[in-house]
Parts: sequence; C-alpha cells; structure tokens
Amino acid sequence: MRPLPLAMALALIASPALSTTIEVTIDKLVFSPASIQAKVGDTIEWTNNDILAHTATVKGGWDVMIPPKSKGKVMLKAAGAVDYFCRFHPNMKGHIEVAP
Amino acid sequence: MFMRPTATLAALFFVSTVPLALAAEKPTDPQIAHIAYTADAIDIEAAKLAIKKSKNREVVDFAKDMERDHEAVNKQALDLVKKLKVTPEDNDTSKALAKAAKEERAKLAKLKGAAFDKAYIDNEVAYHKQVNGALETLLIPSASNAELKSLLETGLKIFQGHEQHAEHVAGMLK
Ligand SMILES: [Cu+2]
Repeated sequence: MRPLPLAMALALIASPALSTTIEVTIDKLVFSPASIQAKVGDTIEWTNNDILAHTATVKGGWDVMIPPKSKGKVMLKAAGAVDYFCRFHPNMKGHIEVAP
Repeated sequence: MFMRPTATLAALFFVSTVPLALAAEKPTDPQIAHIAYTADAIDIEAAKLAIKKSKNREVVDFAKDMERDHEAVNKQALDLVKKLKVTPEDNDTSKALAKAAKEERAKLAKLKGAAFDKAYIDNEVAYHKQVNGALETLLIPSASNAELKSLLETGLKIFQGHEQHAEHVAGMLK
C-alpha cells in the first residue's frame, strides 16, 4: 500500500469537519465514560462487556440496542445535551454534550 | 396482594427488624449461592407465566426482559459455583422464597387480563425490592468468596434496574 501524501494526511488530521467515533464501554451495568463531549456527525460506539443486553435510549429520541458481548452505535445528528439510559436497567445512565 | 409472603420474607430478610435472628442465621457461601439461584429461578417462572397469560405488549416485553436477564445471570452463577467447586445448599431462606413464590403463582394463575397484568407487575416491584434488601443487608455482607461477592454485587445492580423498570411499567398500566 502506498502511503498517503503528507499534505493529504495532514488535512485529514487537521480538518475540523472530520467526524470521529467515540468509544463507550459497558461493564457491570456502568457506562464509561458516563459523560462525553462530541459534535454533530460523530458516532458513539458502545462496547458491551456484560452477559446482558442493554440499550442506549434517549427519551423521545434515538434507541440503540447493544446485545451482550457485542457493540451498538449511533451517529449524532443534532446539537445539544442529551441524557440517555438503558431501557432494561434504567439505573444505567449516560450523558452526551453534542456541539454543533 | 402479597401480604403473607411479605411478612414471612421481611422476618427472614430485613436486618433492621430482626438483627438477632439474622446474626444467628448468617448464611454460608453454598447457602448464598442457593438463595441467589432460587431468587432468579422464581422470577423466571413468574415471567414465563406472564408471557403465557398477558395480552399487554408492555407487560409481555417486560416479562421477556426478566426471563432473558435472569437466565443469563443464573448461567453465570452456575458457571461460578462449578469453578469454585461449591455445591449450592438448600436452606430455610430458599425454602421460604420458593414457598412464597408458589403461593404467588397460584394467585396470579387465577387472574385474567388487566387484573393479572397489574398483580404481576406490582409483585415484580415488590419482589425485586425484597431481593435487593436481602442482597444488600444479608447476602453480600455474608459472602466470603470474593468472586461470589462480586457476582452478587452485579446482581444487585441488575435487580435495582429491574425494580425501576417494573415501576416504569406499573406507571404505564395506571
Ligand atoms: Cu441495561
């Protein structure tokens, strides 16, 4: 494979519009980090290490199913702060601040 | 309602009401494993009944969640006792739990429709609350093996989640 030209590689790194994937881990019914900062277009990816299915659910918003020992993800489409929780275990809570 | 079983379990479980009785009855790890397994199995039985009887989507979904979670937890518990070479040992607390659950199932079996849904969900709230109390005040503090204790601690978080989930469904039934 040929390496990317330097200028292009730098542009990719520096570009403010480039969206990223933010990883959140679930272990023993805890989202960590529990609170994250993201921007519109970013993807949140949850890795569930538990033997139980969980969800990441925003009331009146998105709902992501995260099967046991598996992953789930969502692309953030709107700016603002959201609280999310697990529908199966509502004591599991997370928070995302989405910048425009 | 859940009057008689509640009284029986409260007498067995709640440290604040019967500190002396519990001091004498501190369960061993094989007994704790049996109690935890029994508590899970009871909720699976109740869930199966609800899946069969209820026509309410929310109630059936909740029951399926209970069945799935408690089966997963019990599988993990069985794997652990096997690994630790602990043989779960039947005991008075397990027996009281099983007896109360049998009575509750008989009561639920006679109900239909909305009356069944309400009784099942109300019992789920009460049941998870009781098991949480037992985990917090008796089973977790009594467990001597670290892995068993950790399993129970995770179990407590799961049960607390289920209690909130059941309260949410109860709120929707009103
Ligand atoms: Cu969950």
